[in-house]
Amino acid sequence: MNAGAFAAALLDRTAPCPPGLRSWNGSAVAQRFAVYRNNFAVSLVEALADSFPVLRELVGAAFFRTLADAYVRRVPPRSPALAWYGADFPDFVAAFPAASGVPYLADVARLEYVRILAFHAADAAPLPAAALAAALRKPEQLPALRLQLHPSIAVLASPFAVVSLWAAHQGLTAIAAVDPFRPECALVARCGDSVEVTAIPSAAVRFIAALQAGAVLGEAVAQAASPSASFDPAACLGLLIGRQLLAGPAGQQGGSP
Amino acid sequence: MSDAAPSGHPGRGAPVSLPAAAGLGLKPEHFREVLATRPALGFFEIHAENYMVPGGPFHHHLERIRADYALSVHGVGLSIGGAGPLDEAHLDRLAALLDRYEPAAFSEHLAWSSHGGVFFNDLLPLPYDAATLARVCGHVEHVQERLGRRMLLENPATYVEFAAAEMSEAEFLAEVVRRTGCGLLLDVNNAYVACTNHGRDVHAYLCALPLAAVGEIHLAGFACEADSLGAPLLIDSHGAPVADAVWSLYDEALALTGPVATLLERDRDLPPFPLLLEEAQRAGVRLAARLPMTAVA
Repeated sequence: MNAGAFAAALLDRTAPCPPGLRSWNGSAVAQRFAVYRNNFAVSLVEALADSFPVLRELVGAAFFRTLADAYVRRVPPRSPALAWYGADFPDFVAAFPAASGVPYLADVARLEYVRILAFHAADAAPLPAAALAAALRKPEQLPALRLQLHPSIAVLASPFAVVSLWAAHQGLTAIAAVDPFRPECALVARCGDSVEVTAIPSAAVRFIAALQAGAVLGEAVAQAASPSASFDPAACLGLLIGRQLLAGPAGQQGGSP
Repeated sequence: MSDAAPSGHPGRGAPVSLPAAAGLGLKPEHFREVLATRPALGFFEIHAENYMVPGGPFHHHLERIRADYALSVHGVGLSIGGAGPLDEAHLDRLAALLDRYEPAAFSEHLAWSSHGGVFFNDLLPLPYDAATLARVCGHVEHVQERLGRRMLLENPATYVEFAAAEMSEAEFLAEVVRRTGCGLLLDVNNAYVACTNHGRDVHAYLCALPLAAVGEIHLAGFACEADSLGAPLLIDSHGAPVADAVWSLYDEALALTGPVATLLERDRDLPPFPLLLEEAQRAGVRLAARLPMTAVA
């Protein structure tokens, strides 16, 4: 069998049926081969629909199918572990001509994709309250404190109201009240077994990104601050602590564990 | 801080085979209900690839369910019939999953699903010729060596045949089992679907399979279409209840194999959990009727 020809004909709907196939009764092999072509595309379109439910609602089921089917053929999976399939689907959406009239679609898709990452991210024990209390007893050492964040955390800054759009599609707010063209930033993280999406200030995005990159607390606060907006590290840290998104153990810069 | 595997489950042995009872495919939609109701089932089966993720709810639930039930791990992405070498990274992920959950059985398909680096997420057909036989046997041996266990190989549902075929599917499977020592996962629905789609006598097909090697049975539902001449073309959809004809064939198979762990597969259009349980129990009743009285717990 020429598996290459079979594979190519699965990907390209216009390719002829691969050679060497037969049917017991002389019925058309092309129609039988089409079952495989269909299984391949439909199963992956369904996988994308499961991963991007809000995008699907925004564009409608029929258009989503067109969009996803085009993506599946252009960017088929490279791994049998499909949980992460669709990493560049948001970029594909952004570049899809028929979707260009709705510029926020790609960022909504980005938010949905980081939710998938958060859902399956590694587990981590929260920072014990005692360790946190001990750190707070030495305020002079706080700037050198290196905090470890929960592996599920992601931040996303968008020129569109991605958090409100997402929330409206969970039935949390009315879609009519959402102005999609208002910039919003999202904190995405797993709390217990559910992934939560929270609107945060843009400075908090820079702060959390700096912590994720390994910056100590003092550096992260400096990177978060901007001339145009004040930054309240206490509020952001309070959010992270309240959701148990600091992972243990915390270490002092240059110190030994 | 740590995503290490659990160090062991007290009271949990490492059974060498699945209990001869009915099992269900474990769906995330049913995690909570399974944990809350602890249904009377012999085992649960997972698709290996769904659990190849670092952490999160899938593992949280599976760990708790595994503590109380035997487990079967069913791979859908190894591409054992693939033209190229097996994906070693995928085998590593499988090995880690099996180490973590210590399933009683691991199975894969007589099919291919990847080519040229692309994963097609479907079980694609193979020509039953000498070259394919040698390649499949080599891959099965490699898998068994890498995973340190015997695997079960599942007979496929197919929609086309190959002009180059040199032997029947049953002969091919018997030869793989003979050469590699692997077991057979007898998918009764696939047998029915494939025999219908290719005008084969399903009873003769069943008898030609290496039934002594059957380590697990699958039951599922199909969708019915027609080929260009109007003959039935059955699609292995996993989206409907098990057909009456497949239940009959299951009875016929059990008479030949004796009681074997039987999975009710349902992956699409999931009904409420109690309905699935009821369907699985139709298999459970048949199995119990064939178990020696002393073996009934």
